[in-house]
Amino acid sequence: MADSQELELRAVTPTNTPHSHSRVRASLTPIAIGEQPAPSQLRWGKPVLIAIVLAYLAAVLVGPVLAIGYEVAIVGLGNALTALTAPDALAALRMSLGLAAISAVVNAVVGTVLAIAIVRYKFPGRGLLSALADLPLAISPVMIGLSFVLLVGRDGLLEAPLVAAGIKVLFAYPGLVLGTLFVTLPFTVREVAYVLEEIGTSEEEAAATLGASPAQTFWRVTLPNIRLGLSYGLLMTVARSLGEFGALLVLGGSISNETQTATTFIHDAIEERKTAGAYGMALVLALLSVALWTALHVLHTREAQKKAR
Amino acid sequence: MSRSAHALAASRGQQVLGAGAGLYVVLLVALPLAALLYTGVADGLSVLWQEVSSPVAAEALWLTSWTSLVVAALNGLLGTATAWVLVRYPFPGRAVLSALVDLPLAIPTLVAGMMLAVLYGTGSLAGEAFAAFGVELIFAPPGIVLALAFVTLPLVVRAVEPVLLEIDPAEEEAARVLGASPFRTFKTVHLPAIAPAALSGAIRSLGRALGEFGSIVVVAGNIPFKTLTAPVYVYGEIESGNPRTAAAVSVVLLVFALGLHAVARVIEQQTGSRRG
Repeated sequence: MADSQELELRAVTPTNTPHSHSRVRASLTPIAIGEQPAPSQLRWGKPVLIAIVLAYLAAVLVGPVLAIGYEVAIVGLGNALTALTAPDALAALRMSLGLAAISAVVNAVVGTVLAIAIVRYKFPGRGLLSALADLPLAISPVMIGLSFVLLVGRDGLLEAPLVAAGIKVLFAYPGLVLGTLFVTLPFTVREVAYVLEEIGTSEEEAAATLGASPAQTFWRVTLPNIRLGLSYGLLMTVARSLGEFGALLVLGGSISNETQTATTFIHDAIEERKTAGAYGMALVLALLSVALWTALHVLHTREAQKKAR
Repeated sequence: MSRSAHALAASRGQQVLGAGAGLYVVLLVALPLAALLYTGVADGLSVLWQEVSSPVAAEALWLTSWTSLVVAALNGLLGTATAWVLVRYPFPGRAVLSALVDLPLAIPTLVAGMMLAVLYGTGSLAGEAFAAFGVELIFAPPGIVLALAFVTLPLVVRAVEPVLLEIDPAEEEAARVLGASPFRTFKTVHLPAIAPAALSGAIRSLGRALGEFGSIVVVAGNIPFKTLTAPVYVYGEIESGNPRTAAAVSVVLLVFALGLHAVARVIEQQTGSRRG
């Protein structure tokens, strides 16, 4: 009996060292088949592991999120909201919302086109393009800002032509748009490409066989299929636009009423010890991000349901 | 390469659209990064080395490196444990907790830094409790680690979760029935399956941590030789009008970030796991 089990076990894990093998055998002999082995480490293991994970999540995530609500209550919700009605605070908030809207529109188009090109077509440089589109996730926001400074700033490669054309990029609106588009590029590409790979090409091929033009195939077959993935990517795009800080600080310079965004407003308010304004704006951003996060989860659940069907 | 990459024939209009999108990526991403790399090495590698090995820069790079490595290891272990608990152990509130793990993706990092400063800063309840033991969290390296852990929290959990869900319960049952201990079952059944996902998640955490700025600015205090991280140092050099010094330090970080990014992509492509 024990022998046959031992044989089977060896077959399952052929790379056993003699040492670990003997240990397994020792724990093996007293157990009858079908009975759950319940060594003490199992009974202890589960609650201990749950406790460790809960403590970790409480310390790193849940505690801090709750703490800021508490702090806003101390500062006074009224004070925080009053500080937000100041013209410069409203301008900063409007700036961030505008940048988010621009990046959503641009990335909806660019992300869809890129994802289709990368997943559906073969062309030289396809792998490189896919890697490039994914790259902004890996680069520090400060360095993204610095890259543009070196390109269009003083002594930069594009400085002369831009000056000749009278276009100001740094510490101006175009700089903020470029920074936002850079950091948000990967989200729609990733999500749409993922969906395209999942659904395969059979439906699109069927449409083409039935005589649909490429445009008809796109609007009637591809787009309905990628809608959820695209929405998911767009929610991430908006969240990232609203939250981007480092790149926009470097590129925009956080000039009040001009290039200040919601995040750089908070940064300046902290530096100037304007607590109410800092917490008020942080509260607005936190609430917006919770709303976006909720929407992401609603989409996620729908996607899971769609897959299960 | 990929199974669904059929060589469809692109119409003229599609070709133009695709070329436009490709050009957009090259101009928006590749061109600025090329300018950064070029400026960083333009004066020769010896100048680059001089900038990077200046005491303040070297100390900042060291601080960024070790805190990032700590967070990557922390994520690799506790992130995997979190995924394990969320997938396998039903307990009240699990669904909410599982959803909460994604929250750092949506919260601005600057706001994340404020949250941590409020909870762990001097004068706060938790901050005072730790201060009683002589441990300073905010404006000290532990605060940096906390901030990095917050912003990278989803990376390992979300990479490991789908893999755990896909493991066939029959395999685990077989191991159990054959008398393998829980630890041994984990080692032979689960670990080989989740190791690549945990590794690529940890690598992405490391890359992300090396470049983190927003949360650190609030939490670290940015004191040279003590809590000044490399990205914050780079920002300071840009502000003080030394873009070349900033570029030199950035190039070093950028090369690491690109390498880590490439390795993570290879692991994800080979194991078919994606979506961090």
